[in-house]
Amino acid sequence: MKITVADVEYVARLARLALSKAETDLFAGQMDAILGYVDKLNELDTADIRPTSHAVPMENAFREDAVNPSIGVEKALANAPDRVDSFYRVPKVIE
Amino acid sequence: MDIFELTIHEMCGMLNTGEVSSVEATRAMLARIESVEPRVGSFITLTPESALAEAEAADRRIASGDAHVLTGIPLALKDIFLTEGILTTCGSRILHNFIPPYSATSWERLRDCGCVLLGKLNQDEFAMGSSNESSAFGVTKNPWDTARIPGGSSGGSAAAIAARQATATLGTDTGGSIRQPASHCGCVGLKPTYGRVSRYGVIAYASSLDQVGPLTRDVTDCAIMLGAVAGYDPKDSTSVKTPVPDYTAALTGDVKGLKIGLPKEYFIAGLDRDVQGSMDRAIETYGRLGAEFVEISLPHTDYAVATYYLIATAEASSNLARYDGVRFGHRSEHAEGLIDMMTKSRSEGFGAEVKRRIMLGTYALSSGYYDAYYVKAQKVRTLIMGDFTRAFENVDVILTPVAPTPAFKIGEKVNDPLQMYLSDIFTIPVNLAGTCAMAVPAGFSASGLPIGLQLIGRPFGEETILRAGHAFEQATEWHMRKAEI
Repeated sequence: MKITVADVEYVARLARLALSKAETDLFAGQMDAILGYVDKLNELDTADIRPTSHAVPMENAFREDAVNPSIGVEKALANAPDRVDSFYRVPKVIE
Repeated sequence: MDIFELTIHEMCGMLNTGEVSSVEATRAMLARIESVEPRVGSFITLTPESALAEAEAADRRIASGDAHVLTGIPLALKDIFLTEGILTTCGSRILHNFIPPYSATSWERLRDCGCVLLGKLNQDEFAMGSSNESSAFGVTKNPWDTARIPGGSSGGSAAAIAARQATATLGTDTGGSIRQPASHCGCVGLKPTYGRVSRYGVIAYASSLDQVGPLTRDVTDCAIMLGAVAGYDPKDSTSVKTPVPDYTAALTGDVKGLKIGLPKEYFIAGLDRDVQGSMDRAIETYGRLGAEFVEISLPHTDYAVATYYLIATAEASSNLARYDGVRFGHRSEHAEGLIDMMTKSRSEGFGAEVKRRIMLGTYALSSGYYDAYYVKAQKVRTLIMGDFTRAFENVDVILTPVAPTPAFKIGEKVNDPLQMYLSDIFTIPVNLAGTCAMAVPAGFSASGLPIGLQLIGRPFGEETILRAGHAFEQATEWHMRKAEI
């Protein structure tokens, strides 16, 4: 086994996901099978190969530093699950 | 012929002569949607009122003599495109209530042409899937056989074309999500070169692979749609300044002397017999048209799926971190404290496939595994790109199947994610290489399911694949067949 239930629980915490016991067991098996499959990449010697992060070679994309209108507070907050005045409201962070 | 059957170029002609108005065309599409939608399920949201208002405006524009070829054409968009003021879910429960404050550039460009928006199309959740089964809003059915999947993730975009619920649609393609459903539903679908179409306002899945493209009834329509959405956008720093040609001018019908590469890794022993038969007949057709064939090798093909499922999931785990219940989307009502609110909102809002990919991507990026998985995959991506660069030194286009089998049954692969992932084996390498490819109808299975061929072009070689696809379409009648639904 490449992936244990403990690994799944650890990764779920990193990803901010609360998994049920059934989901944890299911994902452990499925991730194990998928990671077993991707192991085939180790058949290739890539010691001298540069990684590709982007298919189209590009320099930094700069544009004019021009002032443009933004969408504004009301539009930005229109989808807020909870708000106060011009702020998003979230549960208390500091006790 | 019924109005809802028309192509863009046919409808445009009738709109300009006054034979039909955009309002009539839009009403015909809305009536068609109403009659077949219960059996297909292509749409998540319908926008009939605004569609009719847009159609009235289009009719005024046509009357004033200031029309674009797309003015008054009724279209629909995959629900991944932000549409200001119109619900945009990306197929996810976590966005069940999300009304975007701005629009995607590709939709803005179509709207500026005078297009009519019929509604937003069903898709796999966050574009993660090959079957549309991961949508939080029900499975779209394949109009050719409603027991089967339409393909994914742009399944609604393809099914709506096959069921004649929209004249053309837009989808997105990260690992085959335009080409595979186009193939399974018997329509044309094009994934442009990375950077050709702006990704601004397109909900991100895997940002180094995502690309916007059209799904249409024929290649001419595909060229029209691509021309309308392509081009540099200062709001997408990865869009390129390469000028946009007149793609319809490329449709000359002439493929004499065109060098077509046939990669031996794609014509494998296990290929479905009907798919193999369609490819054999396509090669004969191109031979009759005067094309030349070159056997080529893309030696790293077998590593593409593994590479993709590390890179795409890693990028997804990062992109989907924004869904935290703070600024938009679903927020859990059962949480205690901030972290618990974020965790519960995500866990309630995401479906199983999205969670699985976030987990895989988080694992591949986590401390101790980053080099072994993520960087390794990025290095193999370099090798896969090199395969295509070398192949295109000797050929103009590469011809392959789109998918190893016709559309599979609903439920068939839902419990085996790895088998589902392997169904994208022929489309994924193109996204990793960043180049362009198109699916074109090329036959039917013994049981009447559509089969598509894939034409892969050089980076920014869209004109060549459109020309090759159009010539094939002129010589065959596969694209004329209609699903009985």
